[in-house]
Amino acid sequence: MTHPTIAPPTMTARPSPDANPATVPPAIRVEGLTKRFPTPDRSSVTAVDGIGFTVPRGGVTGLLGGNGAGKTTTISMLLGLLLPTAGTVEILGVDMARHRHAVLPRMNFSSPYVELPHRLTVRENLTVYAHLYGLTCVKKRVRDLAEHLDLTRFLDRPSGGLSAGQKTRVALAKALLNEPELLLLDEPTASLDPDTADWIRTYLERYRTRTGATILLASHNMLEVERLCDGVLMMRQGRIVDRGAPAALLARYGRKTLEEVFLDIARADGDAVPAGEAADAAE
Amino acid sequence: MLPSDAAIPRRPAPRPPVPRAGFSLRRIGAMVLRYWYLLRGSWPRILELAYWPTMQMILWGYINQFMASGTGGASGWVAQGAGVLVSAVLLWDVLFRGQLGVSVSFLEEMWSRNLGHLFVSPLRPGEWVTALMTMSLLRTLIGVLPAALLAIPFFGYSVFALGLPLAAFFVNLIVLGWSLGLLVVALILRYGMGAEGLAWIVVFMLAPVSAVYYPVSVLPAWLQPLSRALPSSHVFEGMRALLFEGTLRWDHLAWAFGLNAVYMALGIAVFLLAFRQARVRGALLQTGE
Repeated sequence: MTHPTIAPPTMTARPSPDANPATVPPAIRVEGLTKRFPTPDRSSVTAVDGIGFTVPRGGVTGLLGGNGAGKTTTISMLLGLLLPTAGTVEILGVDMARHRHAVLPRMNFSSPYVELPHRLTVRENLTVYAHLYGLTCVKKRVRDLAEHLDLTRFLDRPSGGLSAGQKTRVALAKALLNEPELLLLDEPTASLDPDTADWIRTYLERYRTRTGATILLASHNMLEVERLCDGVLMMRQGRIVDRGAPAALLARYGRKTLEEVFLDIARADGDAVPAGEAADAAE
Repeated sequence: MLPSDAAIPRRPAPRPPVPRAGFSLRRIGAMVLRYWYLLRGSWPRILELAYWPTMQMILWGYINQFMASGTGGASGWVAQGAGVLVSAVLLWDVLFRGQLGVSVSFLEEMWSRNLGHLFVSPLRPGEWVTALMTMSLLRTLIGVLPAALLAIPFFGYSVFALGLPLAAFFVNLIVLGWSLGLLVVALILRYGMGAEGLAWIVVFMLAPVSAVYYPVSVLPAWLQPLSRALPSSHVFEGMRALLFEGTLRWDHLAWAFGLNAVYMALGIAVFLLAFRQARVRGALLQTGE
């Protein structure tokens, strides 16, 4: 499948028009977030170790780290799928531990590792989730999204029979059904060919620009992060070891690419930079 | 292809209304729709639902005829009530299908690794459980009704002749099935897909002590209290009293309803505990085949 190359629109973090930065809480506020999993020998392994960060509204923030760094565990706790051992998570100003169901309709999630039911058609899957999110005009919403994401001809095919690229677009359609104010994406372009991956990135840029939504993106693709993200959180061994805007990180580490920064951090002992030096562009 | 800028509306679409606290019939309906899509998409599944109850009914119908006839030794006990074994097997299937309906619909989510998507949506566990129970009711009716109707031309016996008490028997058995189904769901949430087989066997652990085809008095004395602690035993004793003596045993019905209230409360509590533990262990995102 060939997608036309489209110049991305100007990326600017846009809060909603009526937003007052002084009073509107950030999209995500995390304090002292910790997750320990028990092990068979009755000890525990710490997957996330007291992290804290905020993600401003309207931005795209990358959550980076090697395998086992704690990214997926962190995202699971942000979504409320996983209960933290300690710490607090506030999404769009709502305490997830106490009022999770008040904010779930305003956020959504997509991951290539959590597929939609294979035996249902794309239309059936999207219809079910549209009802779960309480949408009105379900048929129109499904039809419009299918058109925007180039899924119209696949609507009546079983989801399990689609290619990786098509499945990714279906997962994205599900994630955009409710026009989320906060979109959590776990490796949204993993295992996609460069053309399809570029198409997805362009779509996400347009979505963010159009709606002013906030996106938190876990990715191993550093080019993707450089292109999409305003801020980056670097995780290693359950901790946030550095953070900042991509350009600021490049300057701080004296590197030309984010991939080199990633390798510096992944291979470093202890914190990547002294805590005092870590500019907090994401906050 | 990616739509042009003009194709994307510049104004955000109207936000969906934020659901209020409590149950949403719409979300329950969405989940029932999800399972209905699955069921209607496969005629072998629908056929299978009706296949086993019908085969069981035919088998036990002939056994009933044989035992009540002279060639079968004319069992006076069976001969007391026409179709006692047919009624028993149909009602037993209500219990079995009731439990299986909850467990299998839950397993569909596990097989498709869909729990992660479901529980980042506004769906609440209680709404999901209500949808599982609704599907269980539909699956049970699809399975048992054809068998009950076929018993009329096959054996000249209609289970519907039991009258209104049949509805009470049905409700008690399907509710017990739901409680057992929730227990199975809780065990699978706790122990993963290794516990999947329980969905098909757990109800049969109750069969010997549920007095389905024989009275509680047949059981050894030490086992009888256990039998009387099951709503199913009271339903089947009540069914036989109706068929043999033509009397409705209100005491058995009251015990069945009372015990079911206890078991349902326990089933819900165990499910909610397992669900919370699944969130502690991260099983909602990871559990699957």
